Amino acid sequence: MIDLLYEVLIAPFADFEFMRRALVGAVALAVAGAPVGVFLMLRRMSLTGDAMSHAILPGAAIGYLAFGLSLTAMTVGGLIAGLAVAIGAGAVARASVLGEDATLAAFYLVSLALGVTIVSMRGSNVDLLHVLFGTVLALDDQALMLIAGIATVTLVAFAVILRPLVLESVDPIHLASVGRSGAVAHLVFMGLVVLNLVGAFHALGTLLAVGMMMLPAASARLWVEDLTPLVAVAVAIGAASAAAGLLASYHGGLPAGPAIILVAGLVHLASLVFGRRGLVVGRLTRPHLEA
Amino acid sequence: MHAIAIGFEDLTLGYDRHPAVHHLSARILAGVPTAVVGPNGAGKSTLLKAVAGLLKPLSGRVVFAERRRAVAYLPQISEIDTRFPLSVYDFVAMGLWARVGAFGGIGAAEASEIAAAIEAVGLAGFETRPIGTLSGGQMQRTRFARLILQNADTLLLDEPFNGLDHATTEDLLDLVDRWRDEGRTVVAVLHDLDLVRARFPETLLIARERVAAGPTAEVVTEANLAVARRMIEAFDVHAGVCARPTARGAAA
Repeated sequence: MIDLLYEVLIAPFADFEFMRRALVGAVALAVAGAPVGVFLMLRRMSLTGDAMSHAILPGAAIGYLAFGLSLTAMTVGGLIAGLAVAIGAGAVARASVLGEDATLAAFYLVSLALGVTIVSMRGSNVDLLHVLFGTVLALDDQALMLIAGIATVTLVAFAVILRPLVLESVDPIHLASVGRSGAVAHLVFMGLVVLNLVGAFHALGTLLAVGMMMLPAASARLWVEDLTPLVAVAVAIGAASAAAGLLASYHGGLPAGPAIILVAGLVHLASLVFGRRGLVVGRLTRPHLEA
Repeated sequence: MHAIAIGFEDLTLGYDRHPAVHHLSARILAGVPTAVVGPNGAGKSTLLKAVAGLLKPLSGRVVFAERRRAVAYLPQISEIDTRFPLSVYDFVAMGLWARVGAFGGIGAAEASEIAAAIEAVGLAGFETRPIGTLSGGQMQRTRFARLILQNADTLLLDEPFNGLDHATTEDLLDLVDRWRDEGRTVVAVLHDLDLVRARFPETLLIARERVAAGPTAEVVTEANLAVARRMIEAFDVHAGVCARPTARGAAA
């Protein structure tokens, strides 16, 4: 029994370095992605994260076009494109009659089309798949350092902006009436969203990068209420999904990136059914109180 | 005699160049609870927003006697996200922002002030409740507790008693009286004219433009209210550029 468990759960990581690298990278993404995802969800910006993940594509594609599959070029390109869309959409939304949602939709649709076109002009379908779905099983030292570095920066930045970010989420008008830190916190937060999407982009590609942020966060909300437990549960779900997804991909011959997101999706379904604040079990086992 | 706390000098405020408040000149006395009264669309909320510094005047200006640091603003209730997981205690603690900022700690002194503010609005025992579970009246009490902690010289309240029952309104009005006794200036947008007559000695009646201002008994009269009601609510989409001369320092 123990041997079997070892074979199924441990051996793939013990025997193969690429699996260990994938695990480290994916867990680092889960740790940093969880607070980002929790705040995106609580600020009702879940789809903003999705739009932003598409927006970084043309930047990465131009980097790819100029320098081939270079980590630095694609990262810098993605960062520039992501920040440009975040700031540009925010500015257009404020200055025009369009809301932020319509503006972001317009920006990211153009970005996505532009990105796919640029990649196709130069590369093969394999390259396109690489950009869209990532290469979690081929993370080199450079990519791991980048992902871990982004995770570190993210956690430190959250420690700094946490209080104004929370207050800005709950009551932006109040915070604006007593100071300017709300706008600063919002900008730093959008920067963190882009940064994490660019990090996740190398491992999971543009289409799945946002999944590692939103699915654990949305699942956690079905179990716990307060901010700190939300982030902790989201980290646990993200890390567990990463490990389970990699194992499923190893044993079942599935593509690794989508397998990780699918496992996170299964956890989300299970949370909907079994979660304390979910739709089924939570309602059956917790009858209302007397007062 | 009371000193002047806030002066409006030929103030025009608006959105998309259409004036919501038009060439308003008036003064608010320090330490006297003042009601801002007028029909819907009269520009009352807009005026408070400008005093709070959240809206730039199209022309004219708002002048403070003191440094404007100490203004607390209570907007209408719909602008708070009550689904965010935050406790009553943490929400009230926001009132200390000017003092503790983003990084300052909440020490024993601050903690006892927060407890006292929650006690003062009658919500002792509610500290750990998420704000999403509060009733409308309890939420308004919570916001008043935050106002207490803001320790501001000037308090701007936008329809603070809307939808509240008599008991809650009375409790919150007692806080307004307490602030008056402490020498603070309370400016409240109100619709209940009986309440205005009973508890607010000064009134500013506006209908986009100034209708009347001064002691409540002289301002809230049938004649003045009739003038206010005749105001045209809708923007005239074909309106030309206002030809009245604007005050010095006017923004284009």
